[in-house]
Order: sequence, then structure tokens, then C-alpha cells
Amino acid sequence: MSDAHDAQAVKAAVRKYLIIFGALIVGTIVTVLVSFVHFGEEGSNTINILVALAIASVKAFLVAGYFMHLISERKMIYGILLATVFFFAGLMYLTVWSMEPVNLVHIKADVP
Amino acid sequence: MEIPYTAKIRPDTGLYNAKLGIWLFLASEIMLFGALFSSYILLRVGAEPGTWPQGLLNVPLGTFNTLVLICSSVTVVLGWAALKMNQFNKYRIYQGITILCALIFMVVKSFEYHDKFVHYFVRLNDGTEMNGHIEGNPMFMTLAKLKQQNKAEFVFHPDAPKADHKEEGNAGVAHATMTIQTADVRKLESWGPWHNTFLAIYFTLTALHALHVIGGALVIFMIWGPLAGMWKTDPERYTNRVEVSGLFWHFVDLVWIFLFPVLYLL
Repeated sequence: MSDAHDAQAVKAAVRKYLIIFGALIVGTIVTVLVSFVHFGEEGSNTINILVALAIASVKAFLVAGYFMHLISERKMIYGILLATVFFFAGLMYLTVWSMEPVNLVHIKADVP
Repeated sequence: MEIPYTAKIRPDTGLYNAKLGIWLFLASEIMLFGALFSSYILLRVGAEPGTWPQGLLNVPLGTFNTLVLICSSVTVVLGWAALKMNQFNKYRIYQGITILCALIFMVVKSFEYHDKFVHYFVRLNDGTEMNGHIEGNPMFMTLAKLKQQNKAEFVFHPDAPKADHKEEGNAGVAHATMTIQTADVRKLESWGPWHNTFLAIYFTLTALHALHVIGGALVIFMIWGPLAGMWKTDPERYTNRVEVSGLFWHFVDLVWIFLFPVLYLL
């Protein structure tokens, strides 16, 4: 790609960056407003957590996808991130797995 | 010897080396923060129902800091775009705003930390428990320090009573100011990371994030100021440096996007 072509593409991207900036601001305000509303059953905030994390994930996608240019990156970077996602998911799975009562070995060990 | 592939693309990876390097580094950072997030989940889910403190943090300040970081993220990418369009002066302005945003973020964070360090939990010998402020707002005061300073009594401004658990520390009408005898106090501690599990994980996560903000801002400042001469000698490499530092900065913003709702709102 020639320098002139490159500069032209970047110029077009600037407008996109500003739109995403607006979306991120709106996302932040929505996150705060939604936190004042209680979803689901009394005494449980599971749905609130899911809603907040869903909004955060959308914002994260916008930052990573457009500001970090992940939506148009090289295969090498996708490969690195795929490995990271695998290990990150494994870490979270182990966390959830360890919270199952049947896996709490240290609690089961309270035999006389 | 010249360092290879600082500006030119390496044929086998399709990237210049610094870009590959920063993505590998960011991958390790994801695992670092991932480990701390999983610790948070374990601590929160493992807490007795109804005991996880909520409403201890200042939501307006947290929201403001989130907006500041988002603003800095967009100025980073606009700065890089300005360089790509050969507009060095515009880049200088955008990255200057980024550095300013980083400073604002840290100042706000320091106010938040200070607010916790001058906030106290007191348990009296008769079992009464209160949260509030000691007159004069000393930091990190303890019962041992009070005795060391031979203070027989101190003036205490208790927080308003809790309307419900989510509004701990800032709801309703405040109790009247009272004078407490040091001899009547069984426990006195500030709201530092030692006070409870929530504050321990809050300080761990936010302090680690703040270190990243400081590190990222320093690198951006160095490229923006002292190392800016490279723009004249090797503009492509200079632009790549800005891109790489920007990738790190966006990651710092990404982490905060998750930290804010998890710590401040839920």
C-alpha cells in the first residue's frame, strides 16, 4: 500500500474512532445507570452482574477491535491471542470448578 | 549493528518486531490480571451471603476516571493517526492530552486512596462498632499509635447509619460528633487493604492498574518529548513506537473497563 493510500485510509478511520469514542462514553453512562436498577429476584444480583459484564464486553470489543485494530490484524497476533484465550478460559474454569463443594478438598479433610 | 525489523515488516511474521513483542507482553498481562480477577471471583463467591461490602467506593469519581481513560484512549489513537497523515504538531497535541489524562486519573485515584486511609472502623470495649472520621483526618491511625502519642481521647465523626447494605458508609443522617476515650477502644483501623477482603482485593487490583498507568504514561511521555527527534531521522520507526505504546495504553483502558463495574457498581 502506498503512503498516500495509507494516509487516506487513516483519514477515513479517524471518523470511525470518534464514533467509537461516543459509543464508549454512552456505554459508561449506561453501565452506571443500569447499576441503580435491580434485575431478577430479590437478594440475587446475578442478572445485574451479567448485564454489567455484557456492557463492559461490548466496550472492550470496541477498544480492542478498532483502537487496537484487532479486527484487521495479522494471523500471528490472532494466534497469540487464541492461545491466551485458551489459558484464560482454563484459569476461569478452574476457578469455577474449585468452588463446587465436591471439589473443596480442604473442607472434606476435617475428619478427626 | 542495526536492529532488524524495527520499521520494516518481517516476512515470516508479517509484523515489525516491536508489535509482535508488545502483543506477547499483553498476552502475559491478560494472564496476570486474569489471575487477580479469578481471585476476586473466589473471594466474592466464597463470602458469606450478605457480608460482601457494597457502596464503599465513590461512584461519581470512578465514573469520571473511566471517562478520563476513554478520552485518553481516543487521543492515543488519534495521535497515531496524525503521524500516519504526517501531522506531527497534531500528534503532539493529542499525546499531550493523553499524558494530561493520565495525570488526572492518578490525581483522582490518589484522592480516592486518601479518602480510604482517613476513614476508620472503631470497635469499643462495650461492643459498639462505628465507621467514620477522626478529627483532623490523620492517616493510618491505630490504637497503638494513639497510646504512643499519649492521647487519652479523640474526636470522632461517625458515618450516617446504613439505610441498607448497598449504601454502607454514606446513607441517612450522620450521628453527632463524639469524643471517644482511648481506653474505651478495643480496635481502631483505617480502611486500608488490611480492613476487609473487599478492600484487600480493591487495593491490589487498582494499585497494579495504577502502576500500569504510570508506566504507560512515562513511556508515552518519553516518546512524545525527549525521544521525539526520531521523527526527523526515522519517521516510520517513530510512528511504530507510538503505535506500540498506544497498544499498551489501550490495554490499560481495557482493564479499567472491567475493573470499574466489578469494583464500584456490583
